[in-house]
Amino acid sequence: MEKPKFVYVTYIRTTPAKLWQALLDPEFTRRYWFGAHQESEWKPGAVWRNMMGNGKVADSGEILEIEPERRLVLTWRNEFRPDLCGEPHSRLTYELEKKGNSVKLTVIHQSDVPDSKLIEAVSEGWPMVLASLKSLLETGESLEETRSWSEEGCSTQK
Amino acid sequence: MDAVFKALADKSRRKLLDQLRASNGQTLTELCGHLDMSRQAVTKHLGLLEAANLIATVWHGREKLHYLNPTPLHEIYERWIGKYERHRLHALSDLKKGLELKKG
Repeated sequence: MEKPKFVYVTYIRTTPAKLWQALLDPEFTRRYWFGAHQESEWKPGAVWRNMMGNGKVADSGEILEIEPERRLVLTWRNEFRPDLCGEPHSRLTYELEKKGNSVKLTVIHQSDVPDSKLIEAVSEGWPMVLASLKSLLETGESLEETRSWSEEGCSTQK
Repeated sequence: MDAVFKALADKSRRKLLDQLRASNGQTLTELCGHLDMSRQAVTKHLGLLEAANLIATVWHGREKLHYLNPTPLHEIYERWIGKYERHRLHALSDLKKGLELKKG
């Protein structure tokens, strides 16, 4: 794979177990990921789908690697934006690493498509989603603008 | 958050972040090529920026790549800028850019 276009790192005052749950569990993701939740059997080779609040498939792919509380790698293709859904699968990696009282979460979303529009689009969404995830785990409240798909959602920004 | 402001309070370190903003994922050698600084000085600045979580590093094959990590800046933004101020601030910023471009 080409070198990543971006790497996002955030330190969250929580445990690897709670962060892992927050990354996968629909009850959590709905609150910081614009109402979305994921469907998967969470094992290598399993289908992965990211579902929008309205029940439509936002993104889909396959689990490549899964090591609970440490690492998740999956392929990711957009399924709903005409300008993006023609692009081949990109790859998302989450890495969790315990650091003192916090967990270092690294998010890498990469593609082999030169100047990928998908990567450009998700790179606008991730910082807000990660800030909201951090807020949810540290304070119990996610950021208001990430709780549902709104005019400020990542799909319509810019 | 102290570490972020301390890291940003230096012209050379801001310049390093600008370099990564222009082209993300550079090696130490590439970064040194743009700057009038010793390799040791650049290494030290990068260490401070990484400690403040303003840059993230990953290994790609045998190369260590440096990335601008915007998450601490996003947290600052979330803390002091309200949801409804964003559109007005964007409009103001576009106006400033437009006017300054015409003048220049």
